[in-house]
Amino acid sequence: MSSETGKILTTDGIPLEVSLKKAERKNKIKAFLLVAPLLLFLLITYIFPIGDMLMRSVDDKMVTEMLPKTFKSMEKWDGNEMPPEEVFEAFYLDFQKLVEEKRDGKLSTQLNYTKNGFKSILKKLRRKAKNFEEGNYKDQIMAVHKRWADVEYWRAIKRRAPAFTSAKYLKGMDMYKNEEGEIVSVEEDRRIHRVLWLRTLEIAFFVTLLCFLMAYPIAHLLATLPMKYSNLLMICVLLPFWTSLLVRTASWMILLQQQGVVNDFFVMIGLVADDNRPEMMYNKTGTYVAMTQILLPFMVLPLYSVMKTISPSLMRAGKSLGGTPFVTFWKVYFPLTIPGIGAGCLLVFILAIGYYITPALVGGASGTLISNQIAFHMKSTLDWSFASAMGLMLLAGVLAIYWVYNKLVGIDNIKLG
Amino acid sequence: MALPKYTEPHYRIWHYVYIFICTCVFFFLIAPLFVIFPLSFNAEEFLSFSEGMKNLDPDAFSLRWYKDMIYGTKNPWGLAAKNSFIIAIFATLGSVLLGTVAALGLSSRHMPYKGLIMATLISPMIVPLIISGVAIFFFMAKAGLAATHTGIVLAHIILGTPFVVITVTATLSGFDHSVTRAASSLGSDPVNTFMKITLPLILPGVISGGLFAFVTSFDEVVVVLFLAGLENTTIPIQMWTGLREQLSPTILAVATCLIILSTLILVTAELLRRRSERLRGINR
Repeated sequence: MSSETGKILTTDGIPLEVSLKKAERKNKIKAFLLVAPLLLFLLITYIFPIGDMLMRSVDDKMVTEMLPKTFKSMEKWDGNEMPPEEVFEAFYLDFQKLVEEKRDGKLSTQLNYTKNGFKSILKKLRRKAKNFEEGNYKDQIMAVHKRWADVEYWRAIKRRAPAFTSAKYLKGMDMYKNEEGEIVSVEEDRRIHRVLWLRTLEIAFFVTLLCFLMAYPIAHLLATLPMKYSNLLMICVLLPFWTSLLVRTASWMILLQQQGVVNDFFVMIGLVADDNRPEMMYNKTGTYVAMTQILLPFMVLPLYSVMKTISPSLMRAGKSLGGTPFVTFWKVYFPLTIPGIGAGCLLVFILAIGYYITPALVGGASGTLISNQIAFHMKSTLDWSFASAMGLMLLAGVLAIYWVYNKLVGIDNIKLG
Repeated sequence: MALPKYTEPHYRIWHYVYIFICTCVFFFLIAPLFVIFPLSFNAEEFLSFSEGMKNLDPDAFSLRWYKDMIYGTKNPWGLAAKNSFIIAIFATLGSVLLGTVAALGLSSRHMPYKGLIMATLISPMIVPLIISGVAIFFFMAKAGLAATHTGIVLAHIILGTPFVVITVTATLSGFDHSVTRAASSLGSDPVNTFMKITLPLILPGVISGGLFAFVTSFDEVVVVLFLAGLENTTIPIQMWTGLREQLSPTILAVATCLIILSTLILVTAELLRRRSERLRGINR
């Protein structure tokens, strides 16, 4: 191409290529400026706070800041034998400062997390330290209690030196770092968190399965019925969808209680004896039943929107080619609905895995999920860093599923109502 | 769904089994909601059907719990309802404003990093509420907005915008951009074009997104549980407390009112959806 024809000029004498690029850049900036307010708002109020959760979950500066001199002097100590005099002196000075500021209680709680037995020896040290003479702190401290002469306890202090810790995450999986720094599991009867994770996965999985089994036939019916009937039946799906979650949970509490409607009905048809009414609430059964009903619309809607696009002539063609209704369904119809199944199942699974309100109300002790544990630590034990760690572990799982969902269906294809 | 005459017997049986299964599932979906209606008119303090109710004795029914809901001295339902409406209205306005503007930018074909930004904008819908609750609580506590109406409104804007973004983006996907170009070529400035041309066309999508945002806020309990103080109690908080402590029939009266409200919202949303489809020329 020659240079004269290659460079088409606009009326201002600027090459068209340059002018076009400029216009495109302007459009890009314009589009971005429209999104910017919301993006900025979410970044500040939502995305960064999630980052803050990450910081809290690994933060362990508390002890690091309480014993600055001790950790500095411990840098040279290899941890094999008893620490040298300077470590003892630094520890004595740090500890005296904490006692003055009345923060020694916090230190003893923190150190007791690392190794049991610190609480009593720190208390004893506080009492005796008032009468300490200057110099030779090593012997004076070791004389307070025999555990102060045990190198294990000094190693335990040294383990708290780093400002960051993975301890909360390990605790979330019922593991901890032992004295040798190896990661080990807690005793079998104390593995409460693993039980919860497994139960959360189990309930989410079975709720998804139940929803799928129930939603498929009715979505099919809604998609194949004539419009005037299907619109009417659609209300049965949409009314629960729009109704308050708490209202629906309340109705299940009324239905499932021991003197409730379902039990009354069972007694009436003679399924159970009046004095032997089964407990259907405050256990797993309650969680399963209520969660399945509450999440069912989220499965029906994506299935319906996919089934609606399948032409009925495909089934007719299959039948005219000699397929029995079941074969035609299995070979023609079912494969076409797989995108809807994927969307519905992942949506329900993601929602179920993070469910909180319904399990807390109808689940009792055996039907609660990991979300309930997070809320418990946020509101009752106030161990916010542990709640953050558990939350982020759950979030990592959800994001992994979300990523799969995005690959399979695309997030732009989410349909509402 | 009449079967043709030549259907073989076992398919005929299967067809009736299928209809029966569907009926059961529809019953499972909708029946629990209807248990609440009669029980909210119970004259007694129990949450099960009394003998009188089973025999349709008029004395067994009363408006006692509705009166208690409105006039009851110990009941904070009035304050809760007021708070719920104020918070939901402001949260809806905020979500609609931010969400619609963002959706306009997102559906421009010049938008850079569209996938990533879309994922960020709708993340509050995907992230489990309990995690959103913890994160938003940390932010509001730092910003000094915990236990204030402002804090709860902001939190509900976060949770509501994804719905607005999704519905408005969907409406804009069928939008004919030549009409806005025609308006600009006739000398209209962008703001005027938006108000006179774009907004009326996408209005059904905006309103239905707004309805979603309203319901999300009105129904939200997890995040409010972290944020609310005594002054900021909302209807869901009161229901949550009531359901945890003692199930009183007053809750059922409130629940009945909420079901009526959600029916109204459902009807509005459906009418809007159909109107939107008609406007966009989607015929099914």
